[in-house]
Amino acid sequence: MVEYSIQENLKAEVKNLDFFYGKNHVLKNINIPIADKKVTALIGPSGCGKTTFLRCFNRMHDLYPGNRYEGEIIIYPEGINIVSQSVDPILVRMKIGMVFQKPNPFPKSVYENVVFGLRIRGNHNRKYLDEVVERSLMSAALWDEVKDRLHKPAYDLSGGQQQRLCIARALATNPEILLFDEPTSALDPIATSKIEELIDSLKKEVTIIIVTHNMQQAARVSDYTAFMYLGTLVEFCKTEKMFTNPSQKLTEEYISGRFG
Amino acid sequence: MGMRSKKEGTVEALLFFSGAFSIVVTGAIVFVLFYESLRFFKEVSLIEFFTGTVWSPLFSNPRFGVLPLVAGTLLTTIIALLVALPAGLVTAIYISEYAPRGLKEVLKPLLELLAAIPTVVYGYFALLFVTPLLQKFIPNLSGFNALSPGIIMGVMIIPYVSSVSEDAMSSVPMYIKEGAYAMGATRLQTAFRVVVPASFSGIGAAFIIGSSRAIGETMVVAIAAGMMPNWTFNPLEPVQTFTSYIVQISLGDVPHGTFEYSTIFAVGVVLFFITLGLNVISFFLRRRFRESY
Repeated sequence: MVEYSIQENLKAEVKNLDFFYGKNHVLKNINIPIADKKVTALIGPSGCGKTTFLRCFNRMHDLYPGNRYEGEIIIYPEGINIVSQSVDPILVRMKIGMVFQKPNPFPKSVYENVVFGLRIRGNHNRKYLDEVVERSLMSAALWDEVKDRLHKPAYDLSGGQQQRLCIARALATNPEILLFDEPTSALDPIATSKIEELIDSLKKEVTIIIVTHNMQQAARVSDYTAFMYLGTLVEFCKTEKMFTNPSQKLTEEYISGRFG
Repeated sequence: MGMRSKKEGTVEALLFFSGAFSIVVTGAIVFVLFYESLRFFKEVSLIEFFTGTVWSPLFSNPRFGVLPLVAGTLLTTIIALLVALPAGLVTAIYISEYAPRGLKEVLKPLLELLAAIPTVVYGYFALLFVTPLLQKFIPNLSGFNALSPGIIMGVMIIPYVSSVSEDAMSSVPMYIKEGAYAMGATRLQTAFRVVVPASFSGIGAAFIIGSSRAIGETMVVAIAAGMMPNWTFNPLEPVQTFTSYIVQISLGDVPHGTFEYSTIFAVGVVLFFITLGLNVISFFLRRRFRESY
């Protein structure tokens, strides 16, 4: 087993993580460090387990029966293992936000979408909510486009705007880690480049883990890249190195487009 | 070739006529309803009909104010909805958001069984079980009243409300619910803050279907509400609804074809417009909710 160590402050550490869906052994002995306030990309061919891995970080699998985690995902500075059965998945999700493949705003106004996380945490102070809406939409580079229609339905926005709204919604609760599950796969190239710029600016505030199908995207936005294949981690290193000088033959074949 | 197209043509004609048949029958019913009510409205002005507070068409000094029947119908319907809406909605939320799949498959048909009980059974259940039971808590409740059949009608229409709202809730896509869970929402918060608003138009349609069921329901109110036109909104008193008045006259001694008999058509027309209106609203609501995603 390879121990990957990096010269960074760590936000999280994945240790000997195995994941099962019923009898299916989906993730096998994953070990990687997650650098604080950096972007870590997960790449690999369809079905390699990258999305499954991402969804372990906010215990999304707990919504469906028949899941089992073994091993650890430790988050720092708390030092707790978030996949432990003794940890409440809801508390994990309060600290770790997620942006999905398809924009999924709620059938509410732009404003109510952004403050959703605060409202379910019992925060209804109008003045504070107003501040958070402005700050989050600014961070998501959406404020100028929607400031005059905060109380209009979120479904009236374009796909790219909806996705940035979902990012603002996730940012509103100050997550420690933000998970992106192929956030641009449903978007056109212009909307995609906006989201990519956004990811780049967001890493000043938050640790990001992104699953992507698009290797150029991984190369553009990430600092570290993990390449997965058939539920195992093949290689993990600085993104630059991964795309110029990978150490595994399989990685090289994948990034040069020989399979996948 | 000729044989086949002849066969196709026959089948097509057959299908067309069976489809057309139900439309023709509906049209005929509407026609008879309006035609027969004309005799009534020739003698009674619309103003008297819609503003009078006494309904006594069979008395020697007859009065034709429909308001007591409106009150009776509204009262029993509102009571029924007060029972059916919360109970149906909570049931739908449970089935759609909480119940494990196995239980869901048992619960749904079991609930629909409620709709299979003959309404006359519900009626006697209201009269002989619920009313005496309520009288233990409300001593001045009369033997016939609006409350007890209202409650029982409510129970009766729970399956309608819950099944339509459950369909609407189940059609909220999982990725939207996951969005809520990913924000740290509990199941309850996801259900009430995301799933219910997202299926609002479907739930609205369910409520309206429930209301038109309650307004059109006949047997329960005929048996347990007292058949007494009463200009009141007190649920403890006996009342009469549109439907139970029609039953009373059609089964009673009033000779067919007389002016007195035509009163039931006038009442029927009012009932027709109310349920038609509700169905139209529910049609538009349901169409909107289909277009949501």
